[in-house]
Amino acid sequence: MKPLLQYFAHVLSHLRKDLRLEWRSREAINGMLFFSLLVVVVFGLAFDPTGFPTTTRQIVGGILWVALLFASITALNQSWSREQRNNVLEAQRMAPSPPSALFLGKAIANFLFVLAVEAVLAPIFIVFFNLHILGDASRLALILPLGTWAIVVNGTFFAVLGLRARNRELLLPLLLLPIALPALLMMVQATTGVITAELDPIQIGSWIKQLAGYDIIFTTLCILLFGTVLNAE
Amino acid sequence: MPTTQKTEPPATTPPAAELHAVSKIFGSFAALRNLSVAFPSGSSTVILGENGAGKSTLLRLIAGLATPTLGTVSVFGETPHNARARIAYMSHAPMLYDELTAIENLNYFAALHRDGACACVGSPEMALRAVGLDPALSRPVSQYSQGMRQRTSLARVLQTDPELLLLDEPFSNLDLASAHHMVELLADFRTWPLVPLNGIPRQRTIILTTHQAALAQPLAERTLTLENGQALA
Repeated sequence: MKPLLQYFAHVLSHLRKDLRLEWRSREAINGMLFFSLLVVVVFGLAFDPTGFPTTTRQIVGGILWVALLFASITALNQSWSREQRNNVLEAQRMAPSPPSALFLGKAIANFLFVLAVEAVLAPIFIVFFNLHILGDASRLALILPLGTWAIVVNGTFFAVLGLRARNRELLLPLLLLPIALPALLMMVQATTGVITAELDPIQIGSWIKQLAGYDIIFTTLCILLFGTVLNAE
Repeated sequence: MPTTQKTEPPATTPPAAELHAVSKIFGSFAALRNLSVAFPSGSSTVILGENGAGKSTLLRLIAGLATPTLGTVSVFGETPHNARARIAYMSHAPMLYDELTAIENLNYFAALHRDGACACVGSPEMALRAVGLDPALSRPVSQYSQGMRQRTSLARVLQTDPELLLLDEPFSNLDLASAHHMVELLADFRTWPLVPLNGIPRQRTIILTTHQAALAQPLAERTLTLENGQALA
C-alpha cells in the first residue's frame, strides 16, 4: 500500500471508531443539541422575532454561530476523555500509526457530529425566528461547513492540550475563543450577509475565501504540531 | 611495511532493550536513579520490587511512553519511538474502549498496525481464542469482568506479533487458574516463530513486572529487583 493510502486508511480507522463510539453513547450529539436548543429558546423569548424581522435577520447569524460555538465546546471537551479512560491513548501512542492520523480522524468525527446538530438546528432556527433568507441561501452550504471546520479543528487540537490540565473544561474555551475570533467574524459576516442580502455577493465571497484560508492554515498547523502535543510529558 | 587486512565485524544482534545511566525524576521524586541495564534479545525477565520501586516507570521508558530525565534508552539499537512497531505494552489499565466489544477493539488496533512496518499482524480472532475468549462475544467490554478485560488486553498486545513484550503487573486482576493459563500462554508465545528482519533471525523478548514472583517463576529466566529506583545486585 502506498504511504498516502496507508495514512488515509489509518484516518478512516480512527474515524470509524469514533463514529461507532458516538453511535453507542450519543454523548456528544445529545449534549450539543440540548445546549444549542436552549440558546435558541432563550433568544427566541428575549425578543419578538415576528415583530422585528429586519433586526432578527441582522442578529440571527451571530446567534447561530454563538450557539454552535458553545455547543461544540461542550462536545470537544469530552472528545479526548474517551481516549484517556482506560489509558487507550497510550495504546494509540504506541501504535506505528502517525499521530496526525489520530487527530484528523477525531477532527472529522467531531465535524460530522456538529454538522448533524446543524442539520437539526437549521429548520428550528427558521421556524423559531420566522426567518426568510433574502440572499443566495445556497452560499450557506459553503459557509456552514467551513465555519464548523474552523471551530472543530482548533477545538480538537486545544482539547488535547487540556488532557494533562486540572481545569480542562476552563482551558479549552480560554485557548479556543481568541484563536477562533477571526473565523467567527468571517462566519457571522458571511452568514448575516446571506440572510439580509445587505452585502454584495463579492464581499460575501471574500469572507468565504478568507474563511477557507483560515481553515487551511490552522488545519496544517494542527496536523504538524499534534504529535509534539500528544507526546509531551 | 606490514599490511593489515580489515575484516567485517560479525553481525551482532543488539539487546532488545538497553538503559544507560537512566534517571527519571518526577518533581522532587526520583523514580529511577542512574540505572544501567540490558535485556538481551530472546530473554525473559521478571522485574520485582515494592510499590514505587520504579518498575512501571522502567517499562514506560522502554515503551517510549516516557522520556528519561538523564541517560539514554534504546530498543533494538533504536529510539523506543522508532522501534514501536516491534514493541507491545500491556499496562495496569486495559487500554480498551468500554463501549466496544473485544473483537471491535482488537480490529481497531490491528488496523493501526497494518502499515508494512509490522510484517505479520496476527488475527484478532486467533488472539482472542488464545487467551480463552470467544470472538463472537457481543457484549461491550464495560460488561466484562476484570479478568476478562485483562485477557482481552493481552490479546490486544499478542495480535500485533511483538518482538518485545512489556507487561506491567499482568496477573493483578486474575484468579489463580487464569494467571497460570496466562503464564503458560506467555511461555508458549516465546516459541512462536518470528519472520527474520533483513536476513537476521529474531527472538521474542518478554519483560514483565509483578508482585507475584512465584507465579511468574516459569518466565523468570532472568530476575531484576528494583529498590528506590536502583537495581539490587
